[in-house]
Amino acid sequence: MPGEISIRHLEKVYDDGFRALSDINLEIQRGEIFALLGPNGAGKTTLISIVCGLVNASGGEVMVAGHDIIRDYRGARESIGLVPQELSTDAFESVWGAVSFSRGLFGKSPDPAHIEKVLRELSLWDKRNNRLMSLSGGMKRRVMIAKALSHEPRVLFLDEPTAGVDVELRRDMWAMVRGLRESGVTIILTTHYIEEAEEMADRIGVIRNGEIILVEDKAQLMAKLGSKELRLHLQHPLDAIPDALNGEPVSLEADGYDLIYTFDAQREQAGVARLLRLLGEKGIEFRDLQTRESSLEEIFVGLVNRPSAGVDAATTASPSGVNER
Amino acid sequence: MNLHGIRAIYKFEMARMRRTLMQSVASPVISTTLYFVVFGAAIGSRMGDIDGISYGAFIIPGLLMLSLLTQSISNASFGIYMPKFSGTIYEVLSAPVSYLEIVLGYVGAAATKSVILGLIILVTARFFVDYQVLHPFWMLAFLVLTAVTFSLFGFIIGIWADGFEQLQVVPLMVITPLVFLGGTFYSIDMLPEVWQTVALFNPVVYLISGFRWAFYGVSDVHIGISVGMTLVFLFACMFTISWIFRTGYRLRP
Repeated sequence: MPGEISIRHLEKVYDDGFRALSDINLEIQRGEIFALLGPNGAGKTTLISIVCGLVNASGGEVMVAGHDIIRDYRGARESIGLVPQELSTDAFESVWGAVSFSRGLFGKSPDPAHIEKVLRELSLWDKRNNRLMSLSGGMKRRVMIAKALSHEPRVLFLDEPTAGVDVELRRDMWAMVRGLRESGVTIILTTHYIEEAEEMADRIGVIRNGEIILVEDKAQLMAKLGSKELRLHLQHPLDAIPDALNGEPVSLEADGYDLIYTFDAQREQAGVARLLRLLGEKGIEFRDLQTRESSLEEIFVGLVNRPSAGVDAATTASPSGVNER
Repeated sequence: MNLHGIRAIYKFEMARMRRTLMQSVASPVISTTLYFVVFGAAIGSRMGDIDGISYGAFIIPGLLMLSLLTQSISNASFGIYMPKFSGTIYEVLSAPVSYLEIVLGYVGAAATKSVILGLIILVTARFFVDYQVLHPFWMLAFLVLTAVTFSLFGFIIGIWADGFEQLQVVPLMVITPLVFLGGTFYSIDMLPEVWQTVALFNPVVYLISGFRWAFYGVSDVHIGISVGMTLVFLFACMFTISWIFRTGYRLRP
């Protein structure tokens, strides 16, 4: 079955010769939440802009909900809602007016009940008669989401949705995104915040220098890469790892002053407690301890800093490898 | 055809006009009225008739044309430049609207405003100057044709401009001089022969002449040439706009 979004051999070279995307191939399934991660300038926004019709592709083809974005642009665009990264709203329009405008623009007949529902869900109902210029940044962001949802899209693009957004809105947004997914909407989000991808996404794609270097199921990616490290600064250096700790994933560093314990944060609940008990029994004292998590962020930094990474190399990246700074 | 889309853009633009009523209607009406008062009512009575038309009445078509041209250009150019400037254009570009529909929405609204403005000025003029309209149908046709043509032209300027200054340059530095030198205040045949020839290179001469013919039945050039020239400019603008959307010029990189 072809995906809800199907991207084949997509290329983009800007007029000044900058190659923003090279040979992008990506299938996004109906009803999934797909997170696109990548550093600034990697091509995330260019990719989204091409799919949404804001930028012309230099080559390749894109299908959205079964419609080619060029030959059948109406069909494709009708199914898409876009929340761009930049906050841009008309200053003088009211919230209600702006959201109703979007619905009309996307070819839907007026439906005040639907607009009301969207505004209520985004806590904008009380502000419906306010001019957009009188709203805070977070409220404007909500309006942009409401505009994107005004025409009941099948596919929703969220480009850096929570950049500069407070905790409350972020929580609301996540709840909303989940609700949309349940109703069958496909969601593609780009983000810098790895926690967001961790929290929300079903699958994760990493883009670097205009190339997709990894697409994987989030659970698998986290399982493979989600390790944690406990570093104990010892009172007295050890020459070797004590027998009692044999079989535990520990190592010594800093001339025996640092004892490092690597563990899987999701699976091992009791590991740290057991380690500390063992140390106590052996009379090994420590003066300080630190834990570090190999978050998606580190995994991601590791991936994008690789000189040249094929997908295979990227997915098998070891946690210890990406932990090094 | 995405009629809801056209309507949304059109309504949005008309709402913008209602918000800026002072600037987009009151100010051109007032400035044109000043001309009627000064040249029509005050000085006009001491000036001789031109082609058998009183001076106050003679200048009406030209002054109307001046407002029509400058307002069409600035309405349409602002209409498309503002969303480009504020970034809200992303929505129009990502919407299932064809470029024809975008143009119908924006240019249709700008031309509507100009026609309304023209009619208000025409009514206002009546209070100061006595005039007649010999060919009301052609007068209205010219009004609409000019409003549409120069709104299209303004739309092009709005897409081309990358600063507010450039929006002002064309109406102020190009259109206003062309209108003043294009026979608003005099008949072309009052000029020395050399300048008459030069004047024929001024496209606005054809607009004013045709418009004046619709009012009083007299013109500097044949009415057919006037209509023809206006249509040529109209098609040139349409061609440019279709090129803009085909290539994505300054809209879709």
